[in-house]
Amino acid sequence: MGAFRMPALGADMESGTLVEWLIKPGDTVKSGDVVAVVETQKGAIEVECFEEGVVASLAIGQGETVPIGTLLAQIGAEAPEPTQPHAPPSPKPAQPQPAPPPAPAPAEPSRIRASPAARRLAAERNIPLATLRGTGIDGAITLADVAAAAAVPRRAAARGFDAVEMRRAIAAAMSCSKRDIPHYYLSETIDLTAALAWLEAFNAPRPPTERLLPAALLLKAAALALRNTPRLNGTFEDGEYRPSPGIHAGWAIALRGGGLVAPAIRDTDRRPLPELMAAIRDLVRRARGGGLRLSELTGGTVTVTSLGERGAESVTGIIYPPQVAIIGFGRVSVRPMVIGDAVAARPAVTASLAADHRVTDGHAGGLYLATVTRLLQTPEVL
Amino acid sequence: MTAPSTTAMTYREACKQGIRDALLSEPRCFMMGEDIGRYGGCYAVSKGLLDEFGEVRIRDTPLSENGFTGIGIGAAMAGLRPIVEIMTINFSLLALDQIVNNAATIPHMSGGQFAVPLVIRMATGGGRRVAAQHSHSLEGWYAHVPGLRVLAPATVEDARFMLPAALKDPNPVLIFEHVMLYNVEATLDPGLREVDIDHARIRRPGTDVSLIAFGYGVTKALAAAELLAADGISAEVLDLRVLRPLDSETILASVRRTRRCVMVDEAWRSGSLAAEIGMRIAEEAFFELDAPPRRVCGAEVPMPYAPHLEDAALPQPEGIAAAARGLVRPA
Repeated sequence: MGAFRMPALGADMESGTLVEWLIKPGDTVKSGDVVAVVETQKGAIEVECFEEGVVASLAIGQGETVPIGTLLAQIGAEAPEPTQPHAPPSPKPAQPQPAPPPAPAPAEPSRIRASPAARRLAAERNIPLATLRGTGIDGAITLADVAAAAAVPRRAAARGFDAVEMRRAIAAAMSCSKRDIPHYYLSETIDLTAALAWLEAFNAPRPPTERLLPAALLLKAAALALRNTPRLNGTFEDGEYRPSPGIHAGWAIALRGGGLVAPAIRDTDRRPLPELMAAIRDLVRRARGGGLRLSELTGGTVTVTSLGERGAESVTGIIYPPQVAIIGFGRVSVRPMVIGDAVAARPAVTASLAADHRVTDGHAGGLYLATVTRLLQTPEVL
Repeated sequence: MTAPSTTAMTYREACKQGIRDALLSEPRCFMMGEDIGRYGGCYAVSKGLLDEFGEVRIRDTPLSENGFTGIGIGAAMAGLRPIVEIMTINFSLLALDQIVNNAATIPHMSGGQFAVPLVIRMATGGGRRVAAQHSHSLEGWYAHVPGLRVLAPATVEDARFMLPAALKDPNPVLIFEHVMLYNVEATLDPGLREVDIDHARIRRPGTDVSLIAFGYGVTKALAAAELLAADGISAEVLDLRVLRPLDSETILASVRRTRRCVMVDEAWRSGSLAAEIGMRIAEEAFFELDAPPRRVCGAEVPMPYAPHLEDAALPQPEGIAAAARGLVRPA
């Protein structure tokens, strides 16, 4: 049996509201399936489970708010065993054993305590009573309990981010970062002549939907460079740095109406450019429409922010705890650069690094930016 | 004697004015009963009526409930409009034969050739410290009998106007006046001239639980609703008014709104009117319910004489509120 519990969807999260179950008892789930929608300060998040098996029971109903770690569902290894599990061999086999207590009967739907009015509404709205917790006499499910659950899907339909809650969450995370993390900042202006020329050649024969934006190149370079400076990729928690085995860059996405999220792109360094581009497009669409997943919101090992063509020239980032680095790219623009003995107009971008001084020093950071610079001069290998 | 100019009056006075009204407007109307003339009635309802209307229309009877009730039935069959007063509901058991076997059946058995336009009034209920032979609530027994209309005025207004309406009914009507209500005073709407004797009435609207009561139970249910309001629970108080035929429509409509109900009945719980109402709710509104119907009834003992025991044997606002709270906010 596996216990599916309320996950922590952020360092400052204490409790979450289960707004929608996407599974019901009897369903078969596998690791990675989206099983529920949980509302946090950051909005409604699709939560995956990491168990395999048949859903044995749901422990809480829709609309309930519970602390993190609370049991949400029991997921069995196999189909539920109708008989008792095999008892270990008795040490005293000669002694007659009293009859074992009968195994608790699986709760039948007809045995659920629910008022007649609640049953009728639940039937009308197709809400399984087993998913509800009753507030009536002896825990009976009342009409109000069903009505509350019935109201939830309407809320969940407008899935997305609550601007006020998100602002609160950003405030908490950024205050924590600025208070606890001794940042150091480095920047480097990178000549993108070669990179943009390669990009133009790559895009020319392709339809617009398959074309790459400079952002994909910058992201790939930033991720690849982390292989050479792995201490920028990881977390710092409880006074201890833990390196991350994989490079999963959180891609910062500004939301319409304010706020931002940085969902992670798993194995950023290993993905071909077209795949990275598709991942960026997909994340932007889902971040703005709601529908990000738990693993995406919590899986980042580093953050990359690119301000884009309408952004500022450079950015001095604030680390997203418990990560230890954030890499920023400003607007790509034509600037005067010294090439050989002459000043030339070249397309360039300012790359910046804000890193946790508890984990790395400026020397490592400088090497990292140098690697990014070098990689962007040979875009064909990215 | 003239009607008081003020519209504020006691329940007792309202009962008397109802009788006066009938005697003044209906020459065929007369009243009889034990000690109603010279003594003025055991609860002083008829005090002064002998002087105003004389011995022909205000008739003292021997202590013979079955006899004078039978006379009333005969008089009604013969075309008069008698008002029979029986001292208390306990004593009315002596007249059960006349009421059940004759009054209720003659219109039916005569194929409608005889009407029995009789009104029988009597005092009912506990709380007056008059022990086990004068304090019971047996209205439910009468409400069991087809052919009778059974009224329970819980307000001064109903005490004043139910009797004239009852006299207009061609069938026998029983009116139960609760002993604890006689001294209650209220201001009557001067424009009011009549009340219906068909419908229950919501005395206090609410949303969370229906308190269904009659007679003095309405007063207690209203007090319970106040207690509940202090807890943020909105109780609706329904005054049955008519115990037979029951106004199921109003009862069910209230319970369908609140989804919870507590019946308040001074009578013994087993086989009580509360049981009948609860069963109707279960039959007709089962799928509207959010909690089981509950009853707050009289304890199943002969009414104790000791005041603290009598109080304990009767429904009280605290107990009604507790029952309602248990439905709305179970611990």
